[in-house]
Amino acid sequence: MPFRFFGQPKLLTLVAVFFLAPLLHAQEKPYFVTYSADLEEPGNLEIAFNGLAAAPKGSNAFSNHTLELEYGATAWWTAEFYAQAQSTANDSTVFTGFRIENRFRPLPREYWVTPAIYIEYEQVSDADKSILEVTGNDGIDKFRDTNAESRKSIAHTLEGKLLLSSNLRGWNISENFIAEKNMNNNPWEFGYAVAASRPLALAGGVTRCIFCRQNFALGAEIYGGLGTRYAFGFRDTSHYAGPTVNFRIPSGPTVSFSPQFGLSDNSVGTLWRFEVAYEVQQLRDLFHANLTHTKEVR
Amino acid sequence: MKNRLPILLLISGLAVLSYVGYAQTGSPDASKFDGKWLRRVTDEDHARHSPFAGQPQAAAAGKLIFAENCAKCHGAEANGRSTPPARPSLRSERVRHATDGDIAWLLRNGNPYKGMPSWSSLPEQQRWQVIAFLRTLPPAK
Repeated sequence: MPFRFFGQPKLLTLVAVFFLAPLLHAQEKPYFVTYSADLEEPGNLEIAFNGLAAAPKGSNAFSNHTLELEYGATAWWTAEFYAQAQSTANDSTVFTGFRIENRFRPLPREYWVTPAIYIEYEQVSDADKSILEVTGNDGIDKFRDTNAESRKSIAHTLEGKLLLSSNLRGWNISENFIAEKNMNNNPWEFGYAVAASRPLALAGGVTRCIFCRQNFALGAEIYGGLGTRYAFGFRDTSHYAGPTVNFRIPSGPTVSFSPQFGLSDNSVGTLWRFEVAYEVQQLRDLFHANLTHTKEVR
Repeated sequence: MKNRLPILLLISGLAVLSYVGYAQTGSPDASKFDGKWLRRVTDEDHARHSPFAGQPQAAAAGKLIFAENCAKCHGAEANGRSTPPARPSLRSERVRHATDGDIAWLLRNGNPYKGMPSWSSLPEQQRWQVIAFLRTLPPAK
């Protein structure tokens, strides 16, 4: 049945949507580690590639690659899947694991500080170098092992975050408090992330343009570990901070970039982060029979 | 088996949530657009006036913002849709009779349990521009 694939209209439509449908920008913040309380719009699928390059002192340079699939299940719930891999110079390229996360908005309206709840399960090996979640005493030491050694140890981890977010005069300020539990009888680990950003222009223009100021957002973020249940604090923890920028191409992808700098001896000197995110609109419509906007609904 | 327990729990939880989510926002029934959200708008918000009221340039900008962010659900002509999942028209009597402040409240807070997300991350000026555009739309026939 070599042509069976082409006989399935829904599958063909799905492929067409991925490649032909207008790709919209989301309500994207230029953050790499910090979450705002924004959720994915219901029915939309965001596909993002998140990259990181760094050359830690005393270790081989590496690049980490994360594929993110984020789906707006409802207006109050977003589900996300991450698959991660990394390449280390003079070593190898390895798949490091996956993460499944869910974000919920427990309250039905906005407040000065709007909360959201984040729950995640991750199954990643010690070879992971994404530095997307810094908790406990994560530090530069873990980058010294070879991939062959570090990939043998796989952690099953549950993680919860309290996401707080405020929008004021065009500014977004977000704070994350992180608690992580490795299921292999390790103690609770804690971390934090704080970020702020603002579009370069708050009002929209009357003509469609690509390089308008409202399509750019600038910000900064800082994040790091807070030790464990038995040794809470900043001792032997790693911390990073840096400016971030994103560019939302109208009807196109959002491109983000950030150089981030280690703030402690236990941190990598400089991280170079970038991300390209595409949003596929109303994916769920494919699973309903009639896709046309026909009759008005009052 | 021990290591798979969290995954099984997670998948089970997601399945339950999926059902709840579908029941709330994937329902084909258009009767859920009952306008109850208007009762939650405070008097202060209800009385707010658009800083862009009657400004054609703001409406023109709002049209672009609408096309980028809102049309995918409410339709390019803001007529909504009756086919599942149903979405409300923005030319309806209810929307036409709502004040600018009412609509600004809805855009900021959303109506998450009826499928409308919060647009608080869109700058406030852009939300007012969208409202200015909605005010230029003719009533539904």
